Amino acid sequence: MVNEILRQKIYFALFRGATIFSVATLLFVLLYILKEGSGVISIKFLTGMWSHADITEGGIFPAIIGTFCLAIGVCIVSIPVGICTAIYLNEYAKDNYFTRIIKLAIRNLAGVPSIVYGIFGLAFFVLFLNMGTSLIAASLTLGCMTLPWIITASEEALKAVPYSFREGSYALGAAKWETIRKIVLPNSLSGMLTGSILGISRAIGETAPIIMVGATFYISYLPTSPFDKFMALPYHLYILATQHSSPYAREYAMGTSLVLIALVFILNSGVFILRYNLRKRKEW
Amino acid sequence: MVSITALMILIGIFFFLFATGIQAFAEISLHDFFLKATWNPAAYTEPAWGILALITGTLMVTFGALIISVPLGIASAIYLAEICAPKPREIIKPLIEMIAGIPSVVLGLIGILLLSPLVAGIFNLSNGLNALTSSIIVGIMVLPTIITISEDVLTSLPKEFREASLALGATRWQMIKMTLIPAASSGILAAVMLGLGRAVGETMAVLMVAGNSLAMPTSFFDPVRPMTASIAIEIKEVVKGSLHYEALFAVGLVLFIITFAVNFISDMIIEKRTRQYKW
Repeated sequence: MVNEILRQKIYFALFRGATIFSVATLLFVLLYILKEGSGVISIKFLTGMWSHADITEGGIFPAIIGTFCLAIGVCIVSIPVGICTAIYLNEYAKDNYFTRIIKLAIRNLAGVPSIVYGIFGLAFFVLFLNMGTSLIAASLTLGCMTLPWIITASEEALKAVPYSFREGSYALGAAKWETIRKIVLPNSLSGMLTGSILGISRAIGETAPIIMVGATFYISYLPTSPFDKFMALPYHLYILATQHSSPYAREYAMGTSLVLIALVFILNSGVFILRYNLRKRKEW
Repeated sequence: MVSITALMILIGIFFFLFATGIQAFAEISLHDFFLKATWNPAAYTEPAWGILALITGTLMVTFGALIISVPLGIASAIYLAEICAPKPREIIKPLIEMIAGIPSVVLGLIGILLLSPLVAGIFNLSNGLNALTSSIIVGIMVLPTIITISEDVLTSLPKEFREASLALGATRWQMIKMTLIPAASSGILAAVMLGLGRAVGETMAVLMVAGNSLAMPTSFFDPVRPMTASIAIEIKEVVKGSLHYEALFAVGLVLFIITFAVNFISDMIIEKRTRQYKW
């Protein structure tokens, strides 16, 4: 028995060590970005136009706006379609072999690498539909990529609404659509939205697809139409880090990644707060 | 209607990739494509289309990343789910989920600025951009995925398992080892498979830190160029409809099939698991 307790102590210490190591590594990554990046953050850096000749003179405002437009584009493309598809699959579609295959395929598409969506977007939206490398092609490409994530998350939210709610509504004589609109949706909408926001926050950090379908490193104007090219934070920092000759490039890349991470974290913390309030309210 | 459009799009992606990628095989034999190590599409006289070196790069980085992240991830998940006091867990779990949201391009940047000089210094190499460095970066990337999913699996095990085991006189470690880990093993396996899928498909981090060499790697200190990075580098420069363009789509198709299969297997594991245990 003493032996067993000793063994337990050894293993627990081992596991604690592993956890501390993992968490410390992850924290270190975060703090390193914060430390290296905060040096270049200034009002000029955040609101100035990009200056190509001397990068210390300009800011990343167009890249922030580009990423922002892209996020809105992706929302427009994928959230309505994703939520409608989830409602259809979960509420209307018969639970037969075909539906199960579709659901399985959607779940698996959620794990397909972003670069594969990128080449699809290049071939289909940019070349085949002749949109050129543009904001709209990038929104559609990233929209296709986030669609499976949003469908899966929305389905989970719909499943979480107890079946008795629906039965209660039917018993009162409500039709199917009435039930969905007045009972199912109000109880699952926030869950669907949290899933969608998480999807969008992952999409704005994606770099590989937008390299091919629309982002440029430098343009002198802000995008005004969906067919314009645009600057985007992740692509900007990728070029700064790998292909820029200025001695300050890496420092500025760090600053750019700090801005990008801040954006992602703001979106994610919104989700956490929403989810927390949601759990408190639900009592079934 | 909307949902049918969405489904059409998603199915369309596969067919589009397939239709373009398959054309490459009209001119490149399957044997040359998969088993030759030389990838040199831009050569004037004799372009070479073997992706073996690229596949090896992908496998090395994935394997290295999993060696780093699987033991750490599972151990951390067990610690967080079973050993840790509730207070620190409440802080650590959201923290890990937050960190999972860091875009891979940022991790790639850290790989270039911090890790590669470190690796070069420790192993006395002239250049730290190699398979080892990218394995570490991709490992850090998949670590949160493995931790959160395994932890969810462990905490979803019924309380009775723990109580029964402890009532039989087991120590907590014996309970974890003999009861919880076997019961959670398929779920943990699914978590590892999901991590694997992410590692195979990771593009930006490997593009930035793997070193981009087309030579067949012989050790973890060699620079490599995984499939994802090759597509990202070359696709912008090729002419649409050329053999090179089609060949890159074929590489994309291979990636698609690998990740789809990996996800499919982990899905099957989870499915079987939920049917097997009805608690």
